[in-house]
Amino acid sequence: MTKTSSVDTAKTTAVEKESRNATKAMLVEFWYYFSQNKGAVLGLALFVLLVSVAIFAPLVAPHHPDMQFRDALLSPPFWEAGGSLTYPLGTDAVGRDILSRLIFGARFSLFIGVVVVTIALVGGIVIGLVAGYVGGAVDTFIMRIMDIILSFPSLLLALVLVAILGPGLMNAMIAIAIVLQPHFVRLTRAAVMAEVNRDYVVAARVAGAGHFRLMFKTILPNCLAPLIVQATLSFSNAILDAAALGFLGMGAQPPTPEWGTMLAEAREFILSAWWVVTFPGVAILVTVLAINLVGDGLRDALDPKLKRS
Amino acid sequence: MPLLEIRNLKVEFATAKGPFKALDGVDYTVEGSEVLAIVGESGSGKSVAMLAVMGLLPDTATITADKMEFEGRDLRTLSTQERRKVIGKDISMIFQEPVASLNPCFTIGYQLNETLKTHTNLSGKGRKARVIELMKSVGLPKPEERVNAFPHQMSGGQCQRVMIAMAIACSPKLLIADEPTTALDVTIQKQILDLLVQLQQDSGMGLIMITHDMGVVAETADRVIVQYKGNKMEEADVLSLFEDPKHAYTRALLSALPENADGDRLPTVSDFASEGGF
Amino acid sequence: MFRFLIGRLGLLIPTFFGVTLVAFSFIRLLPGDPLDLLAGERGIDPERKAQLMAQMGFDQPLWHQYFDYLIDIFHGDLGISFASKKPVLTEFLTLFPATVELALCAIILAVCLGIPAGIFAAVKRGSVTDQAIMGTALVGYSMPIFWWGLLLIILFSGILQWTPVSGRIGILYYFPQGTGFMLIDSLMSGQKGAFTSAVSHLVLPSIVLATIPLAVIARQTRSAMLEVLGEDYVRTARAKGLSPFRVVGLHALRNALIPVVTTIGLQVGVLLAGAILTETIFSWPGIGKWLVDSISRRDYFVVQGGLLLIAGIIMLVNLIVDLLYGLINPRIRHN
Repeated sequence: MTKTSSVDTAKTTAVEKESRNATKAMLVEFWYYFSQNKGAVLGLALFVLLVSVAIFAPLVAPHHPDMQFRDALLSPPFWEAGGSLTYPLGTDAVGRDILSRLIFGARFSLFIGVVVVTIALVGGIVIGLVAGYVGGAVDTFIMRIMDIILSFPSLLLALVLVAILGPGLMNAMIAIAIVLQPHFVRLTRAAVMAEVNRDYVVAARVAGAGHFRLMFKTILPNCLAPLIVQATLSFSNAILDAAALGFLGMGAQPPTPEWGTMLAEAREFILSAWWVVTFPGVAILVTVLAINLVGDGLRDALDPKLKRS
Repeated sequence: MPLLEIRNLKVEFATAKGPFKALDGVDYTVEGSEVLAIVGESGSGKSVAMLAVMGLLPDTATITADKMEFEGRDLRTLSTQERRKVIGKDISMIFQEPVASLNPCFTIGYQLNETLKTHTNLSGKGRKARVIELMKSVGLPKPEERVNAFPHQMSGGQCQRVMIAMAIACSPKLLIADEPTTALDVTIQKQILDLLVQLQQDSGMGLIMITHDMGVVAETADRVIVQYKGNKMEEADVLSLFEDPKHAYTRALLSALPENADGDRLPTVSDFASEGGF
Repeated sequence: MFRFLIGRLGLLIPTFFGVTLVAFSFIRLLPGDPLDLLAGERGIDPERKAQLMAQMGFDQPLWHQYFDYLIDIFHGDLGISFASKKPVLTEFLTLFPATVELALCAIILAVCLGIPAGIFAAVKRGSVTDQAIMGTALVGYSMPIFWWGLLLIILFSGILQWTPVSGRIGILYYFPQGTGFMLIDSLMSGQKGAFTSAVSHLVLPSIVLATIPLAVIARQTRSAMLEVLGEDYVRTARAKGLSPFRVVGLHALRNALIPVVTTIGLQVGVLLAGAILTETIFSWPGIGKWLVDSISRRDYFVVQGGLLLIAGIIMLVNLIVDLLYGLINPRIRHN
C-alpha cells in the first residue's frame, strides 16, 4: 500500500511538473506571437503608463484636482499666449488645473473598466456556463433574456437603468455591466456547448467529477481565450459608455474629475476655450485606443486559426 | 516543338523564417497529346511547378527559369494581361478539393458560363448550349436541371466533373490535374481518372497528372517524373519506371506501396532512405 | 427559406413580449410612484391621487396592469407625454424621420467608405496602405463620438465657419415638411439655398455618427476578405483567366459580404445609441435627443414608449438582415 502510494506521489509530481512546463511553454509562445504585433506592444506600454499615472496620481499631478485658482480662470495651455507652466494644459472655467484633473480622472476610468468587466465577466461566465451545461428549457430561458437585453441600444438601456437607479458613478457602472454582460453569456455558452461533448470532458465525467468541477475546472479553462479578448473589448467599451453617461449628466457627478463629466462641464466653452474640451477627449481616446490595441494583439495571439497564416 | 518546355525552374518562398526553396532547378517537357505524371510526396514541389506555369503562386514566391515556353511563347516575359488570355483557355487546371474549388455563391451554370464568356465570342444562347454540352460530356446527369444547382447541392465527384467541364470548356491544349482524385471516394476516383484519360484521348490535348499515388500513375501516364524535396529524381516512360526503377528514391517509393506491407506495419519512404543515400 | 423565416419569427415573438415586459416594468421600478413623479415638487392631494390612480389603472393587480398595457400597445396607445400632452406615438412619428435621415446618411457613408477600404487593405495586406487604413479604423473604433463631434464643431463651425453649429436647416427657411426628410423637403420647396442649408447641417452629424460603424465595417470587411482570398475557389477564378477586378470584386467579395451584411445589420443598434449622443451635441431634433431630454425632464411615458419602439425597430431590422443573409448565402436558402 505505502509503496504504491509513494509511486503515485512521484508520478503526480512528475505530471505536475510537466503540466507546469507546458503552461510555461504556452505563455512563452503566447508572448512570442503577442510581441510580434508592434501595435499591441505599444498599446500595452501606454496602458502600463496610464496605470502607473493613476496609481501615483497624487505624486504626479501638479495640483489638487479640485483646487480652484481664482486668479487663473480659463488660462490657456503653456504654449499659447497667456499660458504658464504652472498650469501646463491650462485651467477650466473655475480655475482648476486640467492636467491634474486628467491625471486623477485616469483613476476613475481604469476603476470603471475594472469594476464593470469584473461584474460582467463573472456574471456572464456563471450564467453562460449554466445555460450551456444544463441546456434545455433553462438554456432557452436564459438566452431569450439575453436577446431581450441585446434588443436595446446599449447606451439607451444604460440611460434607462440609471434613471431607475439614480445618477451616479456606481449606478452607471452597474448599468453598463448589465448591458455588456450578454456578450459574455453568449461566448461562454457557445464555447461550453462546443466543449461539453469532447472526449476529455466525458473522461472527467466518467472518472466521477461533479457538476461544479466539470463546469469550472474542466470546461471553463478551455473556453478562456475568447473570453479574454471580449473582456479587453468590454474594458474599452465600459470606459467609453461611462464617459458618455457622464457627458449626458447621468454618470459621475461634478465635481468628480471623470473625463466624460469634464467634457459635459466644458461644453459651453467649446468655441471660446478649445483646451477645456480637447484634452479630456484626448485622454479618453488614448486610453481606449491603447486597450483596443492590446485587445487586437491578444486576439491574434490567442486565435489558433490566425496563427497558422 | 514540345507543347510545354521548362528548363532549370527555381521557386523560392519568402517566409518568416527566411527563404524556402520549393523547387531547385527542375526541367519539364510535355509533348502535345501525351500524359505526363509528376509523382512525389507532399513538399516535393510537384504542385508548385505547375502553379508557377499558371501564374497562381502568391507574391511571396520568386520564380526563375532559363526557359519557360508554351507553344514556343515565352511565359516569363508575358504580361499579366497576356497570360490571362492563355490561362483558362489554352492551359487549364483542376484541383484537389473539388467542392472547395467551386464558388459556393454561384450556380455551376454561372461558373461554367463565365469561362466561356471570358475566352470565346459565343453568344449568350451559344454559351448556354455549350454549357449543357460540356456537362453532358463529363457525364453529369440531367444537365438542364443541374445548371441551376449550387456546389453544395452536389457530391464531391460531381463537383470534380464540373471542374473538369470548366477546364475543357475552351478546348485547352494542356490540362493540368493537381491530385484530382485525392479528396474523393475510392469508387469515384476510378471514374474520374477514366473520364480524364478518355477526354485526353478524344481531344488529343496534353495532360499533366500531379499525384502521390503510384496506382494513378500506372493507370494513366505515358511518362513519369519522380520528384523529391524540390529536385527531380528520375524521369522515364511508365513501363520502364515500374519494371526497372533507376533511382534509389523511386525504388523506395515503389516499395512503400501498401501491397508491400510487412505484417501490420506499413513501410515508409524513410525506411529506405539510408540505403539509397538521397 | 420559408421555414427559415418561420424559425426567425418564432425566436422574435417571445423576445418582443420580453421587451414589452421591460418597458412595462421600467415605470414601476422607478423610485416613487408615477403620479408623484407627475405632480413633481408641488405634491398632489391624496384624494385626487387615488382618483387618478384608479383612472390610469394603477390600483389593479400587476398582471392586470400588464395585460391592459399589452392591449394598449396593440391599439397603438403608448401613453401621453407629460411635457407636450401629445400621444407618445405621435411625437415619435414626428421626430423619427429626422433620426432616420441622419442614420441613413451615416450608414451609407460608412458602407461606401468602409467596404472599399477593407477590400483595399486586404488586397494590399501588410503594406503601408493596409497599416494606415487599419490604424485609422482602430482610432475611429476607439473614438468617444460625443467628443469627436465637439472637435469637428470647433474646427468646421468655429475656426473655418463652414458649417452651422446645430439644427437641421437655417432659420431663414420655412416650408411644409411633407416627408419629414429635410433633404427631400428642402428640394421640393424650391427655395433657393434651402437644400444647401440642409446639406450643410447634415454633414457633421453624419460624419460623427458614421465614425464607429465605418471603422467596424472596414475591419470586418478586411478580415472577411483575407479569409476568402485564401479559399480554393478564388484560385479557381484566377485559373480561369479572369481579371483581378472580377476575381476580387465578384468571386471573393460575394462571399466576404455574407458576414459583412450581418455586421452592417448589427450597426443599427450602434447607430441608434450613437444618435442619442450625436443629436444631443448637434441639437438635432430626432428621437435620440427627445429621449435624453425626456429622461432629464422625467417624462417617463415617453421613455417607456421610446424604449419599446426602438427595440421594436432593432428587432425588425435584425429580422430583415437575417432574411437578406438567407438571400445572399445560398447554403442557408436551401437548407
